[in-house]
Amino acid sequence: MDREKSIKDILSGLIFVVLGGAFGLAATGYEFGTALRMGPGYFPIVLAVVLVGLGGAILFKGLFASVEDRDLGIVSWRAVALVSGAVIFFGATVRGLGLAPALFVTAFVTSLASIENSVLRAGIIAAALTVFCVLIFSVGLGVAVPLVGPWLAG
Amino acid sequence: MELLANLELGFETAMTPINLLWCFVGVLLGTLIGVLPGIGPTATIAMLLPITFTFEPVTALIMLSGIYYGAQYGGSTTAILINLPGESSSAVTAIDGYQMARKGMAGAALATAALGSFFAGSVATLILAVAAPPLARAALGFGAPEYFSLIVLGLIASIALAHGSIVKALAMIVLGLLLGMVGQDIYTGTPRFTFGYMELYGGINFVAVAVGVFGVAEILRNLENETTRDVMVKKVSSLWLTRAQFRAIIAPVLRGTALGSILGILPGGGHVLSSFASYSIEKRVSRHPEEFGKGAIAGVAGPESANNAAAQTSFIPLLTLGIPAHPVMALMIGAFIIQGITPGPNVIRDEPALFWGIIVSMWVGNLLLVILNLPLIGLWVRLLSVPYRVLFPAIVAFACIGSFAIGQNAFDVFAIAVFGLLGYTLIKLGCEPAPLLLGFVLGPLLEEHLRRAMIISRGDPMVFLERPISATLLALAALAVIVAVLPSVRRKRDQVFVEEE
Repeated sequence: MDREKSIKDILSGLIFVVLGGAFGLAATGYEFGTALRMGPGYFPIVLAVVLVGLGGAILFKGLFASVEDRDLGIVSWRAVALVSGAVIFFGATVRGLGLAPALFVTAFVTSLASIENSVLRAGIIAAALTVFCVLIFSVGLGVAVPLVGPWLAG
Repeated sequence: MELLANLELGFETAMTPINLLWCFVGVLLGTLIGVLPGIGPTATIAMLLPITFTFEPVTALIMLSGIYYGAQYGGSTTAILINLPGESSSAVTAIDGYQMARKGMAGAALATAALGSFFAGSVATLILAVAAPPLARAALGFGAPEYFSLIVLGLIASIALAHGSIVKALAMIVLGLLLGMVGQDIYTGTPRFTFGYMELYGGINFVAVAVGVFGVAEILRNLENETTRDVMVKKVSSLWLTRAQFRAIIAPVLRGTALGSILGILPGGGHVLSSFASYSIEKRVSRHPEEFGKGAIAGVAGPESANNAAAQTSFIPLLTLGIPAHPVMALMIGAFIIQGITPGPNVIRDEPALFWGIIVSMWVGNLLLVILNLPLIGLWVRLLSVPYRVLFPAIVAFACIGSFAIGQNAFDVFAIAVFGLLGYTLIKLGCEPAPLLLGFVLGPLLEEHLRRAMIISRGDPMVFLERPISATLLALAALAVIVAVLPSVRRKRDQVFVEEE
């Protein structure tokens, strides 16, 4: 048990190394400049190198240091997929469908992320939320998004 | 005398009907989200930020600050009644507050929390009013090197005081700084990391980052294992203190206020730290330490005063230096910028009505909170029975509409999903999200001051060490790192935060 590798450290270290590397690589395309006149690439490259270094240190610690590390715990993949899917759906359709229909579908799909919401319950929550949000945002605050969009108006 | 004139100006501003109304709306909303576990002031302020665009600057900032300190109040109600901290800073209150509630003293615990918070909030607001002008004057003499060092200190201190792995927190800051680099370069106009997307020229929308990392990621975490909340105490009676109880809370309230006022100025969730610190002090000085954990009234009074005092004084670095102490203050910077005001030492001189209006509104808001909280307690109790399965779709819906409304831009909505997933992944891997947001907000400032300082010094990096103020700030930052990694402090730090889990 005492020499167990830490999954958390290994994965997070890798993420930092990869992201740092990606930023660093992209930043090499910008002018580096000098210490006196730093170009747009200077600071990002410095930061990227630091991030890769820190990520490497975390990765190293995860591989070789002994830690009393627990596993990752439960992940509700259903929630991850439904919530992010619903958000992306809203972004993609709010212009075309308009606020009310896009919001209804988004709220409906989001509600289903909870195992305690049945389809009927999700429908009720979504309907109530849509009415509530339309009242607050469109009527109350005057947010300029058409309620029903061009895709449905035809 | 100058102070009196300033406060008078503040009262004139804060007491206009429109500002009073929005101050009320702010503290009411703040209490609401403070009471509800699973949604915090960071996500709420981020979602409402776009809406305040249409307000007068002072009105917008009065309301947003109200949400923040209102949440500190609301969090304690939940902590006392259902043993769940509505806010991270009220985690300590749950220890003894809930035990008091189980003994039928819920009313006394709630009254203690409200009175302690009100006293602490009033004192800390006064400290803010007295301390801000000289600090702002001193800050006016700051050049680019001083600002650079100050931001470095702010970032470093925020991790030294937070819990969890320090290396991971450092990496989160750097990642945040890099994300802050996205967009057009300020000096040359070169688009950086935009991959051809016009939407990214102005940078990643920080409302989307905040809502994603603090809103969506939090929801995903809550949905891992769903449990139904149990409101234990349905009826709260006798919302007042006996004479003996009143005497028992005076000293803890005073100590908590002093402690919170000092710790609140420090970057990095000073309000959370201060409530933990106050609890351990009260336990140490108490003549009956064995009562702690079993319903000691001092264990409610001290931490509640401390976290509320810290909530007020954490506005000091924001209003005088333009440097946020924690993510909520970072969002307040966003609110200033949306209104076309650059937060910093100039605000007090250029916008005196705004500056003093905000300060006085905090005192007014604290008063409203006491009036609001005690009689409305029944309403909050009923609110606690709103199940999470209804609540989180509402949060997602508000987040989507809010971030879309800023720029009528679908890109910002997609960004929520991306940062929600990124934030959730990193949280699962043991990386705290707060340093990332701080880095993201401060990244552009840090780069600007670095580049400016290097031009002034003709490329000599020694400028940061040759100027006394800058050198002192950097030395403090180095000290913070050293202290944080010292084994003895590490153990203490883990101890302090262990009860939060």
